[in-house]
Amino acid sequence: MDMAKLAAEHGLDRVGGRPSLPQYVKQLISRSDFTYTLAKYRMQSENERNRLGMLWVLLRPSFSALIYGTVFGVIMQGATARPPDFAPFVVIGVFVLEFFNTSMNGGAKSIINNASLVQSLPFPRIVLPIAIVFQNLLNFIPTFIFMALLAMMWGGRPDWDWFLFIPLFFLFWVFNQGVAFIFARVTVHFRDLSQVTPFISRMIFYTSGVFFELKTMVEKINPDLQPFADWQPINNVLSIARGILMKDGVVPYDYFWHLAIWAFGIFIFGFIFFWQAEERYGRDE
Amino acid sequence: MNEHDDLSFGAIFNDTGSRSEPANTAAASTDEPVVICDGVHVRYKTLATGKKLKLGGGGGMLKRQRGIQEVHALKGVSFVAHRNESIGVIGTNGSGKSTLMRSITGLTPTSEGAIYAKSRPNLLGVGAALIPDLSGARNIMIGSLALGLTRSQVEEKFDDIVEFTGLEDFIDLPMRTYSSGMSQRLKFAIATSVQHEILIVDEALNVGDKKFRDRSEGRIRSIRENAGTVFLVSHSMRTIKDTCNRALWIEKGELRADGPALDVIREYQAFNKEAKERGE
Repeated sequence: MDMAKLAAEHGLDRVGGRPSLPQYVKQLISRSDFTYTLAKYRMQSENERNRLGMLWVLLRPSFSALIYGTVFGVIMQGATARPPDFAPFVVIGVFVLEFFNTSMNGGAKSIINNASLVQSLPFPRIVLPIAIVFQNLLNFIPTFIFMALLAMMWGGRPDWDWFLFIPLFFLFWVFNQGVAFIFARVTVHFRDLSQVTPFISRMIFYTSGVFFELKTMVEKINPDLQPFADWQPINNVLSIARGILMKDGVVPYDYFWHLAIWAFGIFIFGFIFFWQAEERYGRDE
Repeated sequence: MNEHDDLSFGAIFNDTGSRSEPANTAAASTDEPVVICDGVHVRYKTLATGKKLKLGGGGGMLKRQRGIQEVHALKGVSFVAHRNESIGVIGTNGSGKSTLMRSITGLTPTSEGAIYAKSRPNLLGVGAALIPDLSGARNIMIGSLALGLTRSQVEEKFDDIVEFTGLEDFIDLPMRTYSSGMSQRLKFAIATSVQHEILIVDEALNVGDKKFRDRSEGRIRSIRENAGTVFLVSHSMRTIKDTCNRALWIEKGELRADGPALDVIREYQAFNKEAKERGE
């Protein structure tokens, strides 16, 4: 009389279970065409909606760089200890941070803004945060080229160091992806958090050394806090990028392994953390 | 077949009775369960946020009531669906039909009881994956990928899908310029281009003109013939009669009847007529 027995006899599985981690990774790989196309098409449709199209990818960070450059470079001149070559310093900071910010905010919205998609089709949900971060990476490529051109205007010259951008942005991408996984799940549990993420990104903006040298600043406040500056992952990325692009820049090589530990640590933690709630996404709470 | 006889659930309909529909001969030969619902209860808790409308009443924002209400949407539904069956799901609005379908896909968790399925049942709905700003052709690509095809499989099927929609002249225009009938056709064509093992169709056949409707019903039939199981939620008794060989009647969260489509529909219509006469 047992229906569970009947189900077992015919090899039926209980609906709503979560696949094992290896199975999940396999499902994800089989959906790589979908993930890639989703990112590409969404980027096109988002940029086609505006009259200036793709140009906005460059205009957005340019405007922010202009604002922060004006406020901290002109108006508050002398109030802060300005690093030398302030213009490229701010431009690199703002442009590079843009990839992190869009990934964090996009990740936070990736499940909750796609509720109807999640509810109507079965696919590993992690496709959505991956697609959004990949979309941001595609958007970041023209930004990066623009940034390099600006840096050359201020005296930076291409050299072999520029190849370091490949490992740098790879690690940065992995890191951003991990952060996006975490925010994607957390906003499902606490929807209100999506209201808070803009504040979190602002906080990160002001504490990561976008328009000041974090190391010098920390030195002034309390020299014992130096490890904070050396291990702050965004500061790691910015410092390396500045070291490569700026005229008299010095690349802090040990920041590479600091960043690598962060990137893979956050990525692996984020992936597992996201997978653990797989069966809950799209359900009515 | 005998393995079912010892099941004492009244709701289980043994699918080997004499049925007039020709498709049923195929069904009888593969009497294999693909979906089993075992005493499924679904309870929702919803946050009732709205304040009661009171004209001219004071109070305002701070007095807004935030009570939690419990809705008992399904009250112990059990049935076994077999391979090759096409099952119509009928019932009045709010009776729990859609909740049942969403539970079968795993989107709504069951509060009690369990649902087992051979593979994950798919809702016939691809609309959410589509991007209105992009052309119909690109939407065929993204929609089919979302359903689980690979890029090369989509390229292979592309022409067939376009032909089925009958939108050859419009396929390169953005989807937002389509009429609602046109986009429904596009969605249906994409969604049914994939062979589903278990497919749930929620009122999707009532779109388009007569010609497209006939074609859609043909598609559903061919999915069933290719060893698929179809659940069809509809208020159109004609559609259910034409496409289904079995029907479930859900009323107030309970399974009122389960049997050959024609019998269940007759019972349902008699019930509705009676309710009307009572003035409900």
